[in-house]
Order: sequence, then C-alpha cells, then structure tokens
Amino acid sequence: MKLLRDRAGFRLRLRSLIRKEFRQLLRDKSNLAIGVGLPIVLILIFGYGLNLDVKDARIAVVLEDASPTAVDVVSGLHRSEYLVPIRVTSLHRAEALMRDRAVDAVVQVPSDFSRRLAAGDAQIQILLQGADASRAGITRGYVTAALAQWAQIRADRSVARPPPGVTVVDRMWFNSANTSIWYLVPGLIVLIMTLVGAFLTALVMAREWERGTLEALFVTPVRPTEILVAKLVPYFCVGLLGLALCLLAARFLFAVPMHGSLLILLISSMLYLLVALGIGLVISSVTRNQFLASQIALLSSFMPALMLSGFLFDLRNVPTAIRLVGEILPATYFMELIKTLFLAGNVWPLIVKNNAVLALWATALLALARFVTRKRLD
Amino acid sequence: MDAVLASLRRILSLCRKELLAVLKDKANRIVLIAPAIVQSLLFGYSATYDLTNVPYALLDQSRGRAATDLIARLDGTGVFHRVATLRSQADIERVIDTGEALLAVQLGPRFDDQVAAGEEAPVQVILDGRNSTTAGAALGHISEVVAQYNQSIGADASPLNVVPRAWYNANLETRWNILPGMIAALSMLQTLLLTALSVAREREQGTFDQLLVTPLTPPEIMVGKAVPPILIGLVQSSLILLVALFWFRIPMAGSPLTLYAGLLLFTIASVGICLSISAVSANMQQAMLYTFVLIMPLTLLSGLTTPVRNMPQLLQTLTLANPLRFAVDLVQRVYLEGVGLSAVWLDLLPLLFIAAITLPLAAWLFRHRLV
Repeated sequence: MKLLRDRAGFRLRLRSLIRKEFRQLLRDKSNLAIGVGLPIVLILIFGYGLNLDVKDARIAVVLEDASPTAVDVVSGLHRSEYLVPIRVTSLHRAEALMRDRAVDAVVQVPSDFSRRLAAGDAQIQILLQGADASRAGITRGYVTAALAQWAQIRADRSVARPPPGVTVVDRMWFNSANTSIWYLVPGLIVLIMTLVGAFLTALVMAREWERGTLEALFVTPVRPTEILVAKLVPYFCVGLLGLALCLLAARFLFAVPMHGSLLILLISSMLYLLVALGIGLVISSVTRNQFLASQIALLSSFMPALMLSGFLFDLRNVPTAIRLVGEILPATYFMELIKTLFLAGNVWPLIVKNNAVLALWATALLALARFVTRKRLD
Repeated sequence: MDAVLASLRRILSLCRKELLAVLKDKANRIVLIAPAIVQSLLFGYSATYDLTNVPYALLDQSRGRAATDLIARLDGTGVFHRVATLRSQADIERVIDTGEALLAVQLGPRFDDQVAAGEEAPVQVILDGRNSTTAGAALGHISEVVAQYNQSIGADASPLNVVPRAWYNANLETRWNILPGMIAALSMLQTLLLTALSVAREREQGTFDQLLVTPLTPPEIMVGKAVPPILIGLVQSSLILLVALFWFRIPMAGSPLTLYAGLLLFTIASVGICLSISAVSANMQQAMLYTFVLIMPLTLLSGLTTPVRNMPQLLQTLTLANPLRFAVDLVQRVYLEGVGLSAVWLDLLPLLFIAAITLPLAAWLFRHRLV
C-alpha cells in the first residue's frame, strides 16, 4: 500500500516538475534561439557555406613560347572543368597576381618548350599558392591531370603509340557524387545534439545552482532523481526537435542519401543525446557557476566534437596519442555511426559496438550526475 | 587636462576591478589559460587534411612479379599500410563497410600478363567515400605511385615533365595554414564568452545600476569593461603563437609587430560586438546563448577550415561583418607570407569599422536598453 502511494506521489511530483521546466524553457526566448534558431542557421551554413571542393581555380598562364604546340597546351588547361586559366604577359605579372591571392597557381610554359617537346623532355613549371595548402594540393592535381590528358590526346594522334601501362580505375563507394556536403550534413547532427545537450543544459542548471533556486527545490518533498529527470525531459525534446530539423534538411534540401535504417538512427541519436545531457548535468553540478559551466561545456564537449571526432579531419591522419584522445570521446563514436548509417547502410558490427560504447557513456554520466546532485547546502 | 586625468583614473580603477573579478578565482584563471595551450596542441595535431596513414586492403588475384613490384612501391611510400590481404571480391565489402580499410586495391588475374604484353593493365581502387576529402587525396596519392611505376617500366612515354613548386609552404602542409588561423580563432571563443558575461552579470545581480550612478560616464564604463577581455584575449593569442612557433616549429615570415597590430584590432572589434550583446541581454544566460548563436557562424564562415571563396555570394557578403574572417586572413598572410601593414590594410579597415560601430553602440545601450 505504501509502495503504491509512493509511486503515485512520484508520478505526481514528476509531472508537475516537468510542467514547470517546460514553462521555464518556453518563457525565455534565448533558449529557443539555441534549440531551434541555431540548428536552422547551422543547417544553412553547413549546406551552402562550407565546401571543401575546389571549383573554378584561377590559373595564371605565362606563355613564353609562341609556337602552336604551346598554345595547344594552354587550350588543354581550358578543357578542365575545374580550372579557369587567365593569360598574362610575364612571369613578373603572374607572381604579382599570386601575391595578391588573385590566382591559385601560375603555369609557366618556357620559351624552349616546343623545341624540347620534340626531343621528348619538355618542362612546364607550376607555382602554387602554398598559404592555403589543401587548395594548393588539389589545384596541383587538376593542372597535372589536365596536362597529362593533353599529352595523352597528343600521343593518340601520333602514329607510334607508347604502351599504355597500368591505369587506375577508381570507384568511390558511399559518396558517388563526391561532394563534401554528404558527410558534413550528417556530422552536423552530432554538433547540434552536443550543443543542445551539453551546452544548453549546463547553462540552465548552473544558473539554478548559482541563483539558489535548486536549494529552494531541495526543501520540497521532491527527490534529486526527480529533479534530474524533470530537467532532462524538456531538453531531450529540444534535442529531438533539432534532430528532426537536420533530418528533414538532409532529405529534402541537400538530398543526402539515407542507406541505413531510420529507426536505428533515431535510437542512436537518443542515446547520444542522453550522453550529452549527462555531460551538461555533471558540469553544472560540479561548477555551480554559469561562467565556468559555459567555458567548460564549450571546451569539453563542443570543441572536441568539432575538431577531434573525425568530423572535418580524418582521425587516421592524426598521431596515435591524439587519436587515443579522440577515441575516448563519445562524439567520435556517434560521428562514425551516423556517417555510416547515412552513407553506407546498416553495418551491424559497427552499429552494435558504437551503440554499446554510447550506452556505457550514458549510464556512467547519468549515474555521476545523480551522485553529484545530492540535497546538500554548502 | 585634469578632467582627462580624472577620467583615466576612473577607467583604470574599473579595469582593475574587472580584472580582479575575473582572475581572483583560481578556477577562472585555469580555465582561461590552460585550454589555450591544450587546445592548440591537440588541434594542431588533429587539424590536418594531409594523409599520413592510409590503411588499405589488397586483393591480388594475379600473384605475379609486376603486381608485387607495384605493391612494394605503394608500401614504400610510408603512407599506405596494408591491414588485410583478401581472398575474394566479397571480402572488400566487409573491410570497407566496417572502416577497417580506407580503400581496397584489386589486381585482376591477368594483371601480370597485361603488363608483360604492354597492354592496358587496370588496377581497381575502391574507396570509402564517407569522408570524400580524405578518399580523394588517397586516390591522388595512388595515381602518383602508379605513374612512377609506369615510368620505371618505360610504359609512360609522356614527353611532358611537370615541375611543381609551392610558395610559402614548400611541402603543402595544411597544419601550416590552420594553426596560424587558430591564433585568432581559439582566443576569440573564450574572449567572447567572457565579454558577454561582463555587463550581463552586473545586470542580473543589480550592481550595474549602482555602476551607472557612480561618476563613471557610459563611455568610461565601456572602456573599462572592454580592456580586461582584450588583454586576456591577447595573452591567449600569444600562448597559441608560442605553441605554433616553438612546438610545431612553423617558421614565421612576417613581423610580430604587424601581427600584434592586427590581433589587437581584431580583439577590440570582437569585444565590441559582444559588449553590445551583453548590454542588450537581461541576464547572463541570455547573453551567453546569444553569443553562442553568434560564435558558430563566425567560426564556421571565417575561412579557417573551409575557404571563403567556395561560399555562395550571399554568404560571402555576410562575412564582411565577420571580424574573424579578416583576422584569419591577416594572421595567415603575415605569418606565412610575411607581408607588411601595407598589404593587409584591406583586412584592418573592416575591423576598424566594426569596432567603431559596436563600441559606441554598447556604451549607448548601457543606458538605453530596449527591454
């Protein structure tokens, strides 16, 4: 009988607490700015603003050899859809353009080009704007490919064909369009869940600690677990709203394919959301101060999710010690999971392993949050 | 003259109070200094698009000498590491799906005969496109290795010899342009949150009204509130600069004076933006959330991780209001290219403009908050 009354009391208290939290959440417009406004802004920025693909690279072409063959080489550069060649009169002029970052590279065809081409060892010099290293590397690839294609066409025209040798036939799995949007948009889900879960929750709870409103709650019959659950529920919903926005944008705005099961994706996202909420609760309960909570939440959850989770930078290229740091972070597992679910499909070994890691993190963090949120005054 | 001195004295005491409020707490001191160093080390290593380790799987159905030669070349690059030797086509799917290998190289049963006969000998490369940028770079690497192999067997009779040379960054290391950019970006993050709180905290606690009835005028309060975060921001930038210079040993081509002139102006502009936000907000929570909503686009649209030129025109226009965009460009150019003030004035001007609008706006908002 007592147990029954106890459970009824639990439900009653929880329901009124949750109702209070929802009202509090909806009353302050800045919460909605993070919960709804930020996902929309981020979706638009990620979808349209971030692009790692090099298109329309501007190339200054210095033609010191006026022979038809040399002119033909330049037309070979024009054929590449990624390059925009601009003819300039002197190397001096071209170098000035590159210093001003008006062009990405300079292609120099020396005066003895056609003479040495006949002898079979012509040279073409490429100068690259190395201050943007990744763009320079890709541009170099495009120029080299365009020149190789020109040489190939020329060789095909001549009678004596050289033996073809080994050719590379490549197939890009999971991203047939070869576009960075396909992995940026799924990664965005991780960032938004982290923001709503860790950052927003840490702030809100730290505020209650700082202002002493939690102490006021402590003198009522509610238990710490009930306070925590009541805090979790509204922000869990805000996180799901962000997730829904991302999924809709991925499907309808950017046409990112979805090869895995939506159900598994939802379950995994909820698990990660619990992890992020746990981080937020622990941070706020430990710091009990809005300034510290905001800084620590930013540094421990958001920045690693952006930089160390394999979102932009592939963890395989990172020294082992740093990779181990990345492999501790729950965001890394969720990132891998969500990219796989979107682009590759249901890869069961990966789904089971990563969800297990996330579940472990969620349990540990929520237990820790319960432990540090005791009814005590300091 | 006396009035100016008195005003300076008032500003100075407010600065001292602000610095004390932030730095007297040990936890605050740690949170403002340690992360700058730890982050620049961690991200300095992780923020790279360069390939250093590509795990690959091999499916060699020819088992001939030519195949062995080609694979030996691939292994010799130091970048490609074989993690699996496969027996059948079906295995490829397994190693790629689980992410065990980034790519699979498949040599058909006739590969050796084709090379020996001087026919076209295709090498199948199957790439994991979940990160298409890495995959593309790896493919480029393989193509280079294959081209070298062709040359060694005399198959590639291309008469063209392309000689690439990169300015400012001879080995085209992406770390070299991301780390200098972080000197501005990483310090901005914390400085902005710090500034956002300065006025909002006093408003929430009611002490701001007290500050307004002191002899301090709103412009004086503004200067007093702006100087401490500017100082802290510059200290953070310096720490990251030291890590870039002495840990990662990225040579600095430009003058430190030019660099600091740019950083100072940048920090003033970003503090101006955040002081305005802080003045508008009713409490700390609002100030922080608004700042955060702002930080995200500022960082993402700064050209730090992805080039500004790749953005659509509308966004490019919007970035004209983004101080970080100019700061990243300025720091990279001064640091790597060694240009002087005359070359970066196009970056300094917008920063000056942003500061000239936001700082007076903040001072005005102290007394005329709308809500």
